[in-house]
Amino acid sequence: MKKLVSLVSVLVLCFSMLPLNNAFADQEVVNVYNWYDYMDEDVFALFEEETGIHVNKMYFTTNEDMMVQLRVSPGAYDLVFPSDYCVERMIAEGLIAEINFDNVPNLVNVNPDLINPDYDPENKYSVPFMWGTVGILYNTKKVEEEVNSWSILWDEKYADDIIMLDSIRDTLGVTLKYLGYSMNSRNLVELKAATDKLIEQKPLVKAYYVDETKDKMAAGDAALAVVYSGDALYAMELNEDLDYAVPKEGSNVWIDPMVIPATAKNKENAEKLINFLCRPDIAQKNCEYIWYSSPNAAAIELMGEDYTENTTINPDPSVLERCEFFHDIPDNYLTIYNSFWSQVKNAK
Amino acid sequence: MTDFQVPIWGYWLMGIGLAAFIVMLGMYIRKNRGFKRPLFASPYVLWLVIFTVIPCLLVAYFSFTDPAGNFTLDNFKNFWDSNFNARKAMDQEELNMYLSMGLTLEDLGLARNSINIDTLVFSLWMAFLCTAICLLLGYPAAHIMADRNFKLGPTLVILFIVPMWMNFLLRTIAMMSLLEDNGLINNVLEMVGIGRQKLLNNTAAVQLGMVYNFLPFMVFPIYNVLNKMDYKLSEAAMDLGCDHWHTFYKVTLPLSVPGVVSGITMVFMPAVTTFYISRLLGGGKISLFGDLIEAKFLSTSLQEWNVGSALSLIMMVLILLSLGLLRRVDPEGEGGGMV
Repeated sequence: MKKLVSLVSVLVLCFSMLPLNNAFADQEVVNVYNWYDYMDEDVFALFEEETGIHVNKMYFTTNEDMMVQLRVSPGAYDLVFPSDYCVERMIAEGLIAEINFDNVPNLVNVNPDLINPDYDPENKYSVPFMWGTVGILYNTKKVEEEVNSWSILWDEKYADDIIMLDSIRDTLGVTLKYLGYSMNSRNLVELKAATDKLIEQKPLVKAYYVDETKDKMAAGDAALAVVYSGDALYAMELNEDLDYAVPKEGSNVWIDPMVIPATAKNKENAEKLINFLCRPDIAQKNCEYIWYSSPNAAAIELMGEDYTENTTINPDPSVLERCEFFHDIPDNYLTIYNSFWSQVKNAK
Repeated sequence: MTDFQVPIWGYWLMGIGLAAFIVMLGMYIRKNRGFKRPLFASPYVLWLVIFTVIPCLLVAYFSFTDPAGNFTLDNFKNFWDSNFNARKAMDQEELNMYLSMGLTLEDLGLARNSINIDTLVFSLWMAFLCTAICLLLGYPAAHIMADRNFKLGPTLVILFIVPMWMNFLLRTIAMMSLLEDNGLINNVLEMVGIGRQKLLNNTAAVQLGMVYNFLPFMVFPIYNVLNKMDYKLSEAAMDLGCDHWHTFYKVTLPLSVPGVVSGITMVFMPAVTTFYISRLLGGGKISLFGDLIEAKFLSTSLQEWNVGSALSLIMMVLILLSLGLLRRVDPEGEGGGMV
C-alpha cells in the first residue's frame, strides 16, 4: 500500500510536468517565434482563414533569449524574426535554412535596396520584414536648439534628462559613430575611447532603458533619448512635442528579417507565411499596425502620403547613405565588447 | 507565452492530486496513522533533485570548465580581474602589435579591472543596510503586533500579508511610477510647496525598493517567536520589580533572538542576490552583483555563461558560510526561517 501510494504520487508529479499540447495534432501548423507585439494579430487570422494553416505564436524579448531557445529546442520553431546582426551568426552556426524562393513570389514587392543586405549578401536566408534607423528622439519643449549631432547627448545642460539605450551594440555603436569611427569597430583604441566617453556621460544620464524609453518620452519625463525609429514613431503619436533626428555623424540602419530555422518541421508552411506577409495589402496592414518603415514598395504605394511625407518612417536617401548596418562580431570581440560595456554599467 | 492549453484531464489530475494531498495531510496530522514520513518526502525529494541538486551541480560544472568542457580555473580569475577573459580573447599577435606601438594595457582598456569585486562589496553593503533598516523597522512592528493588549494586532498582520499576494515585480513597477519625476509623490511634494525631488534612478530608490520588498521576511519570523512566547514570563519579571524597559531587555529580547536571526537570514539572502529591483528603480545605472550575473547569462557569448556560473558559485559559497555562522547562533532553527 505504502509503495503503491508513493508510486502514484510520483507519477502524478511526472505527468504534471509533461507538455500537454495535443490540441492541433493533425492540423497543418506553423510555429512563429516573434518579438512581442510585432505583428497585427488579424494577419494571422486571415492567414489561417485563407490557407487553413494554424499559426502557433511564441514570443521572445531579446535576441539573446531567442538564440538560446533556438539552440536548446531544435524543431520548435518554423519562422523566426531575429535582428539583422544575429542572422550573420545564425548562418555561420548553421542555425537557419536557405529559403526556397519559388514559394515566395511576392518577394518582387520588396524594395530592391533592402535585398542582398550585408548580413545576407546573396539573399539566400532572409526576407526583410521591417526596417528603421537609430536616432535621437527629443522633446521640442525642452530642447530648443536644432538636434543634428550626437554631441548633444554630452551637453551638461541636459543633465539627468537623457535616456540612453541599455544595449551594448547600439550604445557603443552611436558613440563610436560620434567619434568618427565605424559602428563595427574592432580597434581597441577606438573602443576604449568610446567606453571612456560613455563613462564620462554617465552622470548626465537619467536612465538606461530599452522598452521603457518610448513611454517615458511620451510622458515628457526626459528631454533626449537614443531610440529606434519605430519607438520614436510610437512616442510621437502620443506626444506632439516630440521630434526625431538622425545625427549628421551617421547612425545605424537595421532590418528585422524573417528566417527559417534549419530544424523547422513545417518549412513549406513557413514559406507560405513569408509570401503572405509580403503581399502588399498584408504588408500595409502590418506596417500601419507596427508603424515601422516597411520594406514593401507596393505596400508603401497603397499607404500614400501618410507614409511618404513622414521623414521619420520614410527618411531621405541621404540619411541612409551615412548609416551603417551592424555586423556580427566574432565571439572573442564580443567578450571584449561585454567587458567594456560592464565598465560603463558599473561605473560609479 | 505559447498556445499552451491545459487539457480537461489535466484539470482532473491536478484536482485529484490536490485532493490526495489534502487527505494525506489530514492523516499525517492525525498522528501519522497509516503513513510514515519517508512517504511524504518522496515527491519532494524528486523535486529537490530535479530543481535544486542538479542545477547546483551544473553551476559547479560550468564554473570549472570552458565552453568546450575542459577543466579551467580562468572563470574565477575573472572574478578578481573582470578584464581577464577579454585579454585572453584578444588575438595575441594583434595585442603585441598594439603594445609595440607603445600603447599600454591601460590605454587599450584591458588592464586589471576590479569591477566584479567592487560590485560584490557594494551589494554586500546594500544588503547589510537593507537588513539593518528592516530590523529597525521590523522589530518594533513585530513587537507591537504580538502585543496581547493591542487590539489591532491581527489587522496589522493581515495588512503586512496582503501586499505579498501581489507579485513583487508588479509592486516594484508600481513603486517606479510613484517615484517618477512626474509621479504621484512628486506631485504631492510640489503641491505642498517642497518642490520636485529626484526620487528615482539612484541608490536610495534601490534601497527603498529592497526594504519594501523584504520587510515582511523580517517581521514574520520575529512576530512568530514573540507571539508564541509565554507572556507570563514578562509578568513574572514585572512582579519581581523590572520596569518595562528591563523586562524587554532581560526577558523579551533574549527570547526573541531566534526570530531575529531567522529574520536577518531571510532578508540578507535575497537582498544580497537582488537583481531587477536595482534595474527598475536604479534606471539601469546601478548594478548589483545579481545584475552582473544576469548580464553574463544574457550574453550571446557562450564563454560568459561559465564566468556567470563562477560568480554564482562564489555567491552561493558566501551565503552558505553565513548560514553556517547563523546555525551556531540558532541551532534549533526556532525562528522557522531555516531551510
